[in-house]
Amino acid sequence: MVEKSEIVVVGLNHKTAPVEVRERLAFSSEDTPEVLETMRQDQCVDEIMLFSTCNRVEFLLATKDIPEAVEAVKDFLADFKKTPRQVFEDALYVYDGDEAVLHIFRVASSLDSMMIGEPQILGQIKEAYQQASDHGTCAVVLNRLMHRSFSVAKRVRTETGIGDHAVSISYAAVELGRKIFGELEGKAVLLIGAGEMAELAVENLVTNRAQPIFVANRTFERGLEIAERFRGTAIRFEEVPDYLNVVDIVISSTGASHYILMREDFKGVMRARKNRPLFLIDIAVPRDIDPEINRISNVYVYDIDDLKSAIQENMEERQKEALRGERIVDEAVVQFRRWFQSLDVVPTIVALREKTEEIRQAELKKTFASLTSASEQDRAAIERLTAALVKKILHDPTLFLKQIGGYKDKNSLYVDITRRLFNLDERNNCE
Amino acid sequence: MNVFFALTTACYVASSIGYQGYVLFQKRPIYKVAKILLWVGFLCHTGVIAVQYFKAGHFPVQNLHETLSTFGWAVVGVFLILQLKFNLMVLGALVAPLATLAVVIASILPNPPIEIDPVFKGLWRTFHVGTLILGNAAFAIAFLVAILYLIQEKAIKDKKRGFFFRRLPSLQLLDSMGYSCLIAGFPMLTFGIITGVIYAQMVTGRFWTWDQKEILAGITWLVYAALLHQRLAVGWQGKRAAIMTILGFAVLFLTFFLRFLG
Repeated sequence: MVEKSEIVVVGLNHKTAPVEVRERLAFSSEDTPEVLETMRQDQCVDEIMLFSTCNRVEFLLATKDIPEAVEAVKDFLADFKKTPRQVFEDALYVYDGDEAVLHIFRVASSLDSMMIGEPQILGQIKEAYQQASDHGTCAVVLNRLMHRSFSVAKRVRTETGIGDHAVSISYAAVELGRKIFGELEGKAVLLIGAGEMAELAVENLVTNRAQPIFVANRTFERGLEIAERFRGTAIRFEEVPDYLNVVDIVISSTGASHYILMREDFKGVMRARKNRPLFLIDIAVPRDIDPEINRISNVYVYDIDDLKSAIQENMEERQKEALRGERIVDEAVVQFRRWFQSLDVVPTIVALREKTEEIRQAELKKTFASLTSASEQDRAAIERLTAALVKKILHDPTLFLKQIGGYKDKNSLYVDITRRLFNLDERNNCE
Repeated sequence: MNVFFALTTACYVASSIGYQGYVLFQKRPIYKVAKILLWVGFLCHTGVIAVQYFKAGHFPVQNLHETLSTFGWAVVGVFLILQLKFNLMVLGALVAPLATLAVVIASILPNPPIEIDPVFKGLWRTFHVGTLILGNAAFAIAFLVAILYLIQEKAIKDKKRGFFFRRLPSLQLLDSMGYSCLIAGFPMLTFGIITGVIYAQMVTGRFWTWDQKEILAGITWLVYAALLHQRLAVGWQGKRAAIMTILGFAVLFLTFFLRFLG
């Protein structure tokens, strides 16, 4: 009897390998076709997929000989990357069977990511799968595994809060703004200075329909430039205090060595704004906004450290949600195992026989019920006839299934086709 | 004790527990159950009060038992109406226990049958009592919302995020909800006091007798009038408005109890 392919993952990630090793072994998507073509030539490789991002390099294989396949991957890596084995060997992890399935599901669901819950990973895996698919290096096992991992990842994202809490400075600012203003729509924003993080925060606010946008820069031309990008208005740096009456959110990010917004600037401001809340975000180091201002009623001042600690808390929150994600993944692994085990030849032949026998018995019962005049002898003859019929029909498929071991990587395919052809999995909800 | 009143109490208690559970675990099904329980309790309670009303021919506010029960009913009613507009889910965690407290205390208080003087009946009195009860319920909810506001405001101000920060809505929503309650409650309070004065004139022949209850009612009205004026004219909002709302309710509470204890 033939063996079927087993699933194996060989790889390294941000937890096992430092960036020097990862960047040395990373594959670009231009490399991938060559990798897939070379690896599939290997006798022990039935199916293969390569997944490489800045945080991980992973080979996903279906093979009948696990140790041989792992060696093949290591040889290939050393050869292709011109890197001695000892550089990466310690960082490599090898998972097979359920562990490999679990690993892939966790990676796709972003439970294994450096930033838990980050949404990009699923897209990257889909792309890697697409490439392998295009080169025909994925068959029954990996196809099924990948489709399952996509749906598991989707479930984890929708059923847990793994992606809910802001984990970047600019999102944290938006989240806080929402807690103060409810809706950000129509809230006026003033950007003082410039800088990547500050501009990203403004961009996020604009996405949440905050407007109008004002930009103040020491160099008015630079201010104009930035303002144009957000379809805002540039104002002179000296005008900033006047605009405190008008705006709702201030983001400050200048290179000034002293505070540019002092408590004195707020005299009469709150009265003029009829006490509407004011949210000041200070991204600059050294700080731009006097922290004393936070004591004014309805004014909220957050500096970079405050935002960072907010992010820290959100990370912890995500970790809690990740635990719920793990449960979903565990469940999916069990389901996948059920399907995978059904790929064996023997259970398939048994299931085939059981199904036909079931049909035979049911039909006999129906016939005998209406055939009241038949003698005991007639019944026995019909019984024999049907049994022989079923046996003859099943003879060739059974023989075929028992012989398919000769075709490399094809047995799983034929077993799968047989199961689908005769609908043997109708009681298993595998899909 | 009346079976329906017991059922009401049971529903309120269960609903309170449900709302606390929702705040704690953030599971929507718990919230839904709590909300349904509150509705069921409210309908039972409405039945109880309607029966009392038709039996006596006036709002059941003759003794502390009746008044507390009616107050609890009005609070739940105003809350359920407000929910239609604001859908502030965590507020139930305060409103349901308040209503529960009112009906539980009511149920352990004696409920002696009172001989009603015929002068206590009539349209003026129904208006007087009805508007005051609804107004008080609106103020009670404004008070609870103000508490939530202060908790959330402190969390944002002190940058101590955590349990409440995540669960409470935005300051803006809490502020405008408190404002809506004030806007709804104030005309009712005003109308209640005016009808009370007219009614006093009809019964005693004097509009205003300067007794303790009347003075406190006057102070309550002034506090809320001042708060509303500041909000409308000066644009008071946020923390100070919330503190004033709490103060106003403290005076209201005092007035309410002096009516029976004083």
